[in-house]
Amino acid sequence: MEQEQANTDVIQGTLDMLILKTLSLQPMHGFGIARRIEQVSRSVFKVNPGSLLTALQRLERAGWLDSEWRQTENSRRAKFYNLTRAGWKQLEVETEDWARRASAVARLLKSEA
Amino acid sequence: MSFWRQLTRGGRVLVRRRAADDDLSDELRHYVDQAAAELIARGMPESDARRAAQLEIGNMTVAREQVRSYGWENVISTAIGDVRYALRRLRRNPGFTAVAVITLAVGIGASTAIFSAVNPVLFRPLPYSAADRLAVVSDRSSDGSRVDVAFGNYRELAARTRSFASSAAFKAWQPTVAGKLEPEQLTGQRVGAGFFKTLGVAPVVGRDFQASDDRPSGPNVVILSDALWRRRFGADPTIVGQHVKLDDQDHVVIGVMPASFENVVAPLAQIWAPLQYASAFGPDAREWGHHLRVVARLRQGVSFADASREIDGIARSPVAEFARVPWARMSNGFFVTSLQADVTRAIRPAMLAVLGAVGLVLLIACVNVTNLLLARGAQRRAEFAMRMALGAGRGRLTRQLLTESVLLAVIGGALGLVVARVGVRALVALSPAELPRLGAIRVDAMAFAFAVLVTTIVGVVVGAVPALDLLRQNLGSRLQAAGRRSTGGHQRTRALLVIAEVALALMLLVGAGLLLRSIQRIFAVPVGFDASGLLTMQIQLAGEQYRSDSARARYFSDVLDRVRAVPGVQAAAMTSLVPLSGDLDVYGAHLERDRDAQSDGAAMRYAVAPEYFKVMGIPVLRGRALDAHDVSGAPRVAVVSQSFAKRAFGDDNPLGQRFRLGPPQGDWFTVVGVAGDVRQSSFDVDPPAAVYVTPWQWHWVDGSMSVVARGRAGGAGDAASLTTPIRSAIWSVDREQAIVRIATMNALVNRSIADRRFTLILFEAFGLAALLLAGTGIYGVLSGGVTERVREIGVRAALGASPADIVGLVVGRGAVLAGAGLILGLGGAVVGTRAVSALLFGVSRLDAATYFSVAALLAGVALLASALPALRAARIDPAMTLRSE
Repeated sequence: MEQEQANTDVIQGTLDMLILKTLSLQPMHGFGIARRIEQVSRSVFKVNPGSLLTALQRLERAGWLDSEWRQTENSRRAKFYNLTRAGWKQLEVETEDWARRASAVARLLKSEA
Repeated sequence: MSFWRQLTRGGRVLVRRRAADDDLSDELRHYVDQAAAELIARGMPESDARRAAQLEIGNMTVAREQVRSYGWENVISTAIGDVRYALRRLRRNPGFTAVAVITLAVGIGASTAIFSAVNPVLFRPLPYSAADRLAVVSDRSSDGSRVDVAFGNYRELAARTRSFASSAAFKAWQPTVAGKLEPEQLTGQRVGAGFFKTLGVAPVVGRDFQASDDRPSGPNVVILSDALWRRRFGADPTIVGQHVKLDDQDHVVIGVMPASFENVVAPLAQIWAPLQYASAFGPDAREWGHHLRVVARLRQGVSFADASREIDGIARSPVAEFARVPWARMSNGFFVTSLQADVTRAIRPAMLAVLGAVGLVLLIACVNVTNLLLARGAQRRAEFAMRMALGAGRGRLTRQLLTESVLLAVIGGALGLVVARVGVRALVALSPAELPRLGAIRVDAMAFAFAVLVTTIVGVVVGAVPALDLLRQNLGSRLQAAGRRSTGGHQRTRALLVIAEVALALMLLVGAGLLLRSIQRIFAVPVGFDASGLLTMQIQLAGEQYRSDSARARYFSDVLDRVRAVPGVQAAAMTSLVPLSGDLDVYGAHLERDRDAQSDGAAMRYAVAPEYFKVMGIPVLRGRALDAHDVSGAPRVAVVSQSFAKRAFGDDNPLGQRFRLGPPQGDWFTVVGVAGDVRQSSFDVDPPAAVYVTPWQWHWVDGSMSVVARGRAGGAGDAASLTTPIRSAIWSVDREQAIVRIATMNALVNRSIADRRFTLILFEAFGLAALLLAGTGIYGVLSGGVTERVREIGVRAALGASPADIVGLVVGRGAVLAGAGLILGLGGAVVGTRAVSALLFGVSRLDAATYFSVAALLAGVALLASALPALRAARIDPAMTLRSE
């Protein structure tokens, strides 16, 4: 039930990739990731914190992310995530995969028109 | 690597739950703070910013729960939480918990106990290497029944067959051992040299028999059982080579069997000697008597069917090298059966029936507990509605319900194991001594695994029904109603369960009823003699001085004189064979008038003192009884049983007819009287054709005879109290003789139906449990129904329904439930009683009277179970119920 709500905002199965991509720029904390995804997508994608933190846990368990508690600029404690080597590789795989699928969908839509 | 991460990170969370939770809270709080800070930066006032941030992010608890539900460690910690919660709930409802746990404990315990008994006996391989290749060979008589094998035939088969890797013939042997301790009769076997080798066992000390031991007048050597070696010889390590006096002859101990040796063909045997039958013998030799059993080990790759075919082929094609005699012509072929099937043949139907019965009990227990859970589910509807409103998923609630039922089952199962241990001990104590593999019956790892399996299945099945029931309902709408006026769905499920319960109970009770009637029928069978007040004991005559027939005859007549002189003894006689003692003594009979016909009609032989008929109360129907003039040298006479007369002479007058019995030599026996039939093997086996002769006119004087004495009516105490004086009287003739098998005739009668009674006791116990459970089931549903319909009943009462109408309403519902269950159960019983048909005697498995009375009994219990809730309903005050709305 919760799952359904979470994924209405972000295209099913793309949240992991978006997180990896976002973190490839620099280590970030959870809110930063959410904001970044919203800004870059010009608010097309909204990220629900429950889904985001669950996804972060999952990616970390998979070995694609590492995390540490650090001080922020305004000297507060926050949990920062950064990409591991395996995470970089995974980002490459997912990006390629996504590009392949997106172009396939695009071709289909074009031929339809 | 990621698997490792999963494991370690999950493990860390599991161990340091609090820290992990704090981390998560910090992270979420930081998230909100950041969102608020961003809004403030855009110029929003701080308090508004926080609220806006909260709104944007949504319910923090839901988010936290979402994150917390991820990962394997959370599955575990949720389960632990569920178990804790379930335990609390169970503790808060001690009545419910106790009833459910006890019901499950009885169901699981009883089935585990029965499984512990049935598994080693019927299903586990016999305790020998490659036990599946062990076979038993028996002769087939003209009527297709199994008969023991004659040595002459065995010798031919063993020499000609290629199916057997090895084989051995054996027979019972009861030597009397003398020595420093009291003389004692031992139970043992005389066996072919290959006996132990065939079973795949060997003495742990000393050596096995070898071919040179097993020849006529071979060396007197014996092998002892571990138990005998310890008990009688103090576990003497130098026992091999020592001499033991058996039946007054020196025997050399050559070996001791290991303690682990389990002898399934003769569970009580303690001592073994070689068979020592002749290789050359005439037609009148004992080698042609059908009195041996044969065990064989099939060659690798030979099936029982192959062996059977080959043996039958040999039976059909005599060769000159091996002579045959008219009564051992192998004309009907042989049975080659697996040893396991042979050992368990007698007990198998009873065991399977009991297994089925206990299965029914377990089913009924499950149905009952399911019903209890359903009833409780109704009460807990508001609780679940609340939890769902707070965000618990259906899966989560289902898991909670299943956790509760599995927990109940686990507690019930643990208690059930205790029940099983006690039950198995009771089973072993109650069971007939002849039960094969009694020693192997215990609650072992296999039984434990069975209990665990049953418990798991029971837990899931029992919980699944209420869970489905709960999920079917629309819980959202229940919150307002608070489960107050709910009826309908789950009531229907409960009604169906009660119907099933009644049906199952009826099936079980019909089985018990049929067995009970069988026992009654058996007791109604005329056994042919008057068992009351009779005492029997057997003398096994041993000693050099009794080698001659005349010495033995003199000894027994002296004994009889002394026994008759005992005060309290009204009359006494001797017999070579006591009815219902478990012994048989069969010889081939040949009629003078059918001299040419090669009749193999057999008859039970009784060598009896003339007074035997009077002492036993066996009526002499025609002619005369035996008398004191029928001694050695006088014309040979016999009294025959009614069955014998009918079979041999049809409607002709049997008196004056002549026949031979046993060895075809000597004078003919002339029939001088006809006596009533007597059951020899058991109540449920037709009385055999029997021949009575005096000990002095038989071909030899038996070495072992039994005294039968009738106590004086109204004398001092019962027959058993005569034991000591009679034994002293016998020993006053010769103190050296062993007196064995002391028993009242009534005890023998009871023993002969011991296995039936055993099965009946189990069925009765299970039936009673089923009856109780069905009764409480009906009570529970009706009572629950009344509680839920209080308002409706109140309205009815307010509208003028009399208390009688309301009682009728509730009882009527009970009647419908019971009636449906009874009809279903009767149908089930018609099919299900097939399982007990082999155990029935003198009663059809469709016996209408049994079905009717059992149905009536259950209907009575159902009525009783309906009456209580009905009376409660009748007392409902309409004003009260309406006001409380």
